[in-house]
Amino acid sequence: MIERTTNQKAWWLVLPVLVLVAFNAIIPLMTVVNYSVQETFGDNVFFWEGVTWYTEVLHSPRFHEALGRQLMFTFQILAIEIPLGVIVALAMPRKGILVSVCLVLMALPLLIPWNVVGAMWNIFALPDIGLLGRTINAMGIDYNFTQQPGAAWATVVLMDVWHWTSLVVLLAYAGLRSIPDAFYQAAHIDGASGWQIFRYIQLPKMKRVLTIAVLLRFMDSFMIYTEPFVLTGGGPGNATTFLSIDLVKIALGQFDLGPAAAMSLIYFMIILLLSWIFYTVMMRDEDQK
Amino acid sequence: MFSWMAWTWPTVAFFVFIGVALTTMVIWETRSPGGAPRRGVFGIDTTRGDRLFISLLGAAYIFLGWLGLFGVPLWGGLIISIAWTLFVFRFV
Repeated sequence: MIERTTNQKAWWLVLPVLVLVAFNAIIPLMTVVNYSVQETFGDNVFFWEGVTWYTEVLHSPRFHEALGRQLMFTFQILAIEIPLGVIVALAMPRKGILVSVCLVLMALPLLIPWNVVGAMWNIFALPDIGLLGRTINAMGIDYNFTQQPGAAWATVVLMDVWHWTSLVVLLAYAGLRSIPDAFYQAAHIDGASGWQIFRYIQLPKMKRVLTIAVLLRFMDSFMIYTEPFVLTGGGPGNATTFLSIDLVKIALGQFDLGPAAAMSLIYFMIILLLSWIFYTVMMRDEDQK
Repeated sequence: MFSWMAWTWPTVAFFVFIGVALTTMVIWETRSPGGAPRRGVFGIDTTRGDRLFISLLGAAYIFLGWLGLFGVPLWGGLIISIAWTLFVFRFV
């Protein structure tokens, strides 16, 4: 009988990752915790403030408004991108050369750097020279995203949908491709309608990838910064000032490092909780299979 | 060396507490293995580590909630957090 030797040496293989995570995540996070209970005017001099900044942030209308905008934005883009991504994935061809063409076209927006996307849409949507802005105005609709809060909001949502629906499409398409033909053949023999095939075969098979898509899009959209910053700068007024933009304004614009640290930790807690809920729901569904 | 991290004694104590909690979990699991997932009152499978995470995350929200509603001192939040932790480790 072969005697199996057990030891814990494999843990050493984890060490490099642990060191990397410590330096790029844990130590900075610990520093933020330290900053959140102090006040500083620079020069590495700090004054103890206790939980003052947390109280201030929790009672701040500015924080509540930014959080509200953030939640609204995330909800809207999820409500658009997930169904739209599924519809596009269902419409994509399953065989032939068009598959590659569609996949490349779908991947293109994902390959463009975020600040470039913001700059592109900024020019694209300008009412005087942009193709989108001029077209909308030519149709008789008064549109100027640099001055109208509603127009700015719609442009940011549209930009995100353009940029990220592809991710949902690719994930949903991967889910669809994993369904064996036998399922469709059985459905046709049973005389199932297109809706029944979608409801009872395609959607359940896509459930796992769609959960991942929702989780990824939730986290990304909840932390969105670059694109709206380049497109609108958070304006007009505060119309598109999301949590991350507000955070940067407080930390770097006003140099209020203490309140910014407290706000970033509260922001982090919200993302951590919601991500954990998504993850738990996802894993529970997996366990039940 | 770490002065740029702007340490204070309360934050040192906080991180020492987290470190002690993690170390205790390791010792507990080594001495008395039993960290296999179980299903509790929330209907989710949790290991001991998961329960520690849920306790800490919940405690953070309890303290924030207490701070938002009642302000300082935070003793009430602390008592609720301890009760929450006991509940999580026993029933979740």
